[in-house]
Amino acid sequence: MRRLTWFNATSLTLGFAFLYLPMLILIVFSFNASKLVTVWAGFSTQWYGELLRNEAFLDAAWVTLKVGLASSTLATVLGTMAAYVMVRGGRFFGRTLFSGMIYAPLVMPEVITGLSLLLLFISIGLDRGVFTIVLAHTTFSMCYVSVVVSSRLVSFDRSIEEAALDLGCTPFDAFRSVTLPIIAPAVISGWLLAFTLSLDDLVIASFTAGPSATTLPIKIFSSVRLGVSPEINALSTIMIGIVAVGVITASLVSKRMIARQARDEQQAVHS
Amino acid sequence: MTGWGDRLRGRIVVAVPYLWLMLLFMVPFGIVLKISLSDYAVSIPPYTPTLDPSAGWSGFQDFLGELDFENFVWLTQDALYWKAYLSSLKIAVISTALTLLVGYPIAYGMANAPDEWRPTLMMLVILPFWTSFLIRVYAWMGILSQEGFLNQFLMWTGLTAEPLTILNTNTAVYIGIVYTYLPFMILPIYATLEKLDASLLEAAADLGCTRVQAFWLVTAPLSKSGVIAGCFLVFIPAIGEFVIPSLLGGSRTLMIGKVLWEEFFSNRDWPVASAVAVILLMILVIPIILFQRNEQKQREAEQ
Repeated sequence: MRRLTWFNATSLTLGFAFLYLPMLILIVFSFNASKLVTVWAGFSTQWYGELLRNEAFLDAAWVTLKVGLASSTLATVLGTMAAYVMVRGGRFFGRTLFSGMIYAPLVMPEVITGLSLLLLFISIGLDRGVFTIVLAHTTFSMCYVSVVVSSRLVSFDRSIEEAALDLGCTPFDAFRSVTLPIIAPAVISGWLLAFTLSLDDLVIASFTAGPSATTLPIKIFSSVRLGVSPEINALSTIMIGIVAVGVITASLVSKRMIARQARDEQQAVHS
Repeated sequence: MTGWGDRLRGRIVVAVPYLWLMLLFMVPFGIVLKISLSDYAVSIPPYTPTLDPSAGWSGFQDFLGELDFENFVWLTQDALYWKAYLSSLKIAVISTALTLLVGYPIAYGMANAPDEWRPTLMMLVILPFWTSFLIRVYAWMGILSQEGFLNQFLMWTGLTAEPLTILNTNTAVYIGIVYTYLPFMILPIYATLEKLDASLLEAAADLGCTRVQAFWLVTAPLSKSGVIAGCFLVFIPAIGEFVIPSLLGGSRTLMIGKVLWEEFFSNRDWPVASAVAVILLMILVIPIILFQRNEQKQREAEQ
């Protein structure tokens, strides 16, 4: 009985209005001509122009992008390895500790992760900057990657992997030519997740950045603390736009990939 | 046949992520624990004692001898800290309950929507999760302020004559937490409601239940595991929240994440900040264990 009763229709309408109205207001008012952010004074794109001329924001955006690309790529490699070890690794010394360390960062408050990494960097005398943010972001996002990848590793038909081994593949070859293509959509979405987590992070970056490197969230945070500004609205609109396009494209691509794979897997089993 | 090279590769696959997490997760936590037992000092780094490796074994013994629980005693004596812990717990409990109230009807509506709508609805719930957390919190600053949209709307409808003060109060913090964590509540509840066997509701109706009775007798108990999972997913991160209280809350909003931040960045008291972190973690252990038990039970029930 899938009927849309008035109750369900109302709760869906109100619910999605609640989720999307704040962002919609933000987007609309980024095109406001007035400096007063809550009074509409006509359409204008001047805040976008000012944003693009603001060196500090551009520098911060560049740092954020570098950190995001480096940390998400590293996190994807490490997280995929960790997932493989967790699901296929069998028994090894310290396995419980290992799985604990994979899940703990997911529930750890960011202030604690940030504080502990900062104290580590200081006690080993590592200068804080882009490199330390990359290390910090890699550490927490690899755990998210490994959760995403391991859920895919658990669900696929293991006999295909075994067939490759029986046909004379070494485990490494079997991983590269059989396992990796199958888990590729999960690896890609893990990378995307790690990338957005890195772009988004304020707290851990604030602890580990030091004075020499400022990321976009740190810059945004320090300027919105003083109140709402039209430039930040413009920046937010750009970021929301990129995410919306990215997520929609990614979900369409991965849907197609998963469908094709399901077909291939079935053909491989039944032929 | 696995050769020597493969065994080496196998070892590397285990060792690299293992060592990474050891060095950048376990060791830092050990350092926090150690510094929480140290004392504040005006020096670089701003605490004593520091371990001097050149002093050898006796130096290590002296070092151990100087560690104490002074910071923890201090935390229990200064009202600021335990008030901050209690107020974090209170804010987390209230906002979790509010998120459940808002999230359940949405999940219910999604589960009862026509089949062809559901992937789109799912996507609409997940999409905000990918957009910057900071921006989603920031969006509310313009809405809740004195001359903000909510007050403009309320005064336009005539519900209030004077603008309400919402921004920089706990109410704003509740709204912020409900808004940003709503997807975490909706998704697990939706997952359990979607699997619900519709014939059970038909049976309840045949046996004379009204729709409301059927909901409380059938749907609500069967979606319990999703509700519990959703509540933990909101409650656990809400306790240590920093961004929401510092942007939407006022100077009187006490949350432990904010206290830790200020202790570290403004007061530069690293030992106390570390002790605050250690206690926060001890508080979090209980809900985390309960959450994992719930997950385990759910997994077993599915098999």
